[in-house]
This record gives sequence, C-alpha cells and structure tokens, in this order.
Amino acid sequence: MNRLNHEAPMWNDAFGISWLDFNLSNVLMMFVASLIVFILGVAATRNMKRFPTGFQNFMEWLIDFIKGIIGSNMDWRTGRLFLPLGLTLFAYIFVANMLGVVTNGVVGHELWWKSPTADPGITLTLATLVVVLSHYYGVKLKGGKEYSKGFIRPLPFLLPFKIIEEFSNTLTLGLRLYGNIYAGEILLSLLVTMAAGGVGGFLGASLPMIAWMGFSTFIGFIQAFIFVMLTMVYMSHKVSDDH
Amino acid sequence: MQGFTESLVLGAGGLNIGDMIIQLVFFLILLALLGKFAWGPLMNMMKEREDYVANEINTAEKSREEAQLMQREASEELKKTRQDAQKIIEDARKTAGQQERDIIESARAESERMKESARQEIEQEKEKAVQVLKDQVASMSVMIASKVIEKELSEKDQEKLIHQYIDEAGEER
Repeated sequence: MNRLNHEAPMWNDAFGISWLDFNLSNVLMMFVASLIVFILGVAATRNMKRFPTGFQNFMEWLIDFIKGIIGSNMDWRTGRLFLPLGLTLFAYIFVANMLGVVTNGVVGHELWWKSPTADPGITLTLATLVVVLSHYYGVKLKGGKEYSKGFIRPLPFLLPFKIIEEFSNTLTLGLRLYGNIYAGEILLSLLVTMAAGGVGGFLGASLPMIAWMGFSTFIGFIQAFIFVMLTMVYMSHKVSDDH
Repeated sequence: MQGFTESLVLGAGGLNIGDMIIQLVFFLILLALLGKFAWGPLMNMMKEREDYVANEINTAEKSREEAQLMQREASEELKKTRQDAQKIIEDARKTAGQQERDIIESARAESERMKESARQEIEQEKEKAVQVLKDQVASMSVMIASKVIEKELSEKDQEKLIHQYIDEAGEER
C-alpha cells in the first residue's frame, strides 16, 4: 500500500532473483526525468552563439550558478572537475522534483506518475554516488596517504566519528531530499483527495493546493540547490588542502 | 494500517535494489551524455567567449597604449621643433647683432684711419710749406745781404730796398 490507497506498480523478484525488486513507476519516472534533462540540455546547446540569446542565456546562468556553489566551497582549479557533476545533479534533481509537483498520475490503483526523488532508494543512491565519488577524488587528487590522514585530522581519536560521519552524511543527504519531496507529494495527494471529495472540498482545497504547489516548486529548487551544495561541501572536505 | 505507516516511513515500502541500480545507471548515462552533448559545448563556448573578450580587451589596451605612445612622441617632436625654431631665431638674432657690431666697428676703424691719414697729410703739407718758406727767406736774406754789400746804401735806401724786396717777395708768392 502506498500513498493513500494507491499501490506501487511493483515487479518483485525480477528475473527470478529474490532480492531484485523494481518499482516500475520509479523506473519510468527516472527515465522521463533523465530524458527531459537530456532534451533540455541538448536543445539549449544547439545553435550556440558567441552572443548568447534566449535559452542559451539561461543555461549559462545555470552554469554560473553551479560555478558559484562550487567556488564557495573550493578552489576553482580543482572545482572545475566537478562542474559537470554539479550541473547534472542539479538539473536532474530539479526536474525530478518538479515532475511530482506538476501532477501525480494514477493508473487504476497504481501510482505511476510521481517524483522519482520521492523514493528513498533513489535519493540514497544519488547520495551514495556522491559520497563514493568524493572518496574516489580524495584518493585521486591528494594521494592515498593524505586521504587516509584526513580521517585522523585534527585528532586521531576522531577516527570513529569520521567514519560514522561518512555514513551519516550519505543518509542525511539522501533522506533530506526524499523527505522534503515525499512530504510535498503526500500533502498534494491529500489535497487532491479532498478536492475530489465534493464541491465544498474542491473549493476548500483548490486555494491551498495552488499555494502548496508554489511552495513545492520552491522546495524542489531549494532541495536541488542544497543537494548540490552539500555535494560540493563533502567533495571539498576530501579534496581541499585547507580542511 | 501497518502498510500505510510503512509507506510513510520508507515510501514504496522499502528500498528496491532494482530501482537503485537503474537510478545509478541512468544517472551515469545522463552524466556522460550531458557532458558530451550539453555541458562540454556550452562550456567551450563560454571559454571561447571569455578568451575573445579577454583578447579584445588586450587589443584595445595595446592600441590605447600605442596611441598614447604616439601622442607622446608627437608632442615631443612638436616641442623639439619649437625649440629648434626658437634656437634658429636666437642664432639669427645673435649673428645679426654680431654682424651689426662688426660693421660699426669696422666703419669706426675706417673713419679713424682716414682721419689719421688726413691729419698726417696736413702735417706733411704744413711741414713742406714751412720748409719752402724757410728756404725762400734764407735765399732772400742772402740776396738782400749781397745787395746791401754791393751798393752800400744809405739807411733810407736800405729800408726802401728792403721794403722793395719784401714787396717783391710778396708778389712772387
């Protein structure tokens, strides 16, 4: 059971493998989000001109925006490396968040159309990817020795806390995004249910629903921003010299 | 009810390994594709523009410097020319003054010389005249003396004679 009487279109034990479960709605929405981001990205960078117009301006603003996030955390010489990652993360998460705000689609009793980021598995995957990448770049850019020393700095007895921190970082990074988006969708579904209940319900629910959709849009943007910001913070902890 | 609680806690009722794998694969593919087709060209374009602007600014700066240099050169040239002209005028004035002084000097010297030579000539003429007079007086004296001796004239005659000679002498002159 999911989301107030709607079920997830599950494909359990796929290919006969007992631990391999798919939520087909998530798969669909991940695909849709990726496709939208890809199409937008490619569309914005066709017909590029030295003097940017229209959409290219927006994309360049986005690049400067992500540059600003990276620049506030680390030296631009190393930070340049993470610009594509930051851009893709931001674009993907923002689009994914928006998908659930625009509408939630239900087919039969199964919830097909929602934010893929309203699923903890997906956000945790992204968070894990980020943290693993931060370790990878930590070793790559500073060398194994310096990377290991990072765990006992400034004091050796902090080692266990540092290790716990890596896991808690992953969890908080993923669950913060999930929580915000999922809560937004829950409230939207509640309002939709209320609005569908009758004329009074519709009148009563439409105004808060518009407000909440606006707020969700804001949340979606802020959460994408926070995710990228924290990504760069964790990266800088691993690759910068001054920490 | 338990299902609802569970769904509130973990969304779709748990973590689906399949979703996670798919998300990872999708995201990595998206990252690679966007990097190749969107961010790469876009960042190249931004870099190109940055270079272009920097280049333009550099060029402008350089030509400005050049213009400044040329202007300085020109004004220096002008100043030098003015100084040259000033010097030429000054020289001319000095030369003219010198020449003027020279001419005056030489004229004065010339007049001095002419005066001197005139004076000398006068002196000479005078001396010559005096000499002639002396000679005549002497010869006349001799003549008078010889006449006196010849005739043994009276005092009256003598005087008469002297006057006569003197008159004669005057006439002769």
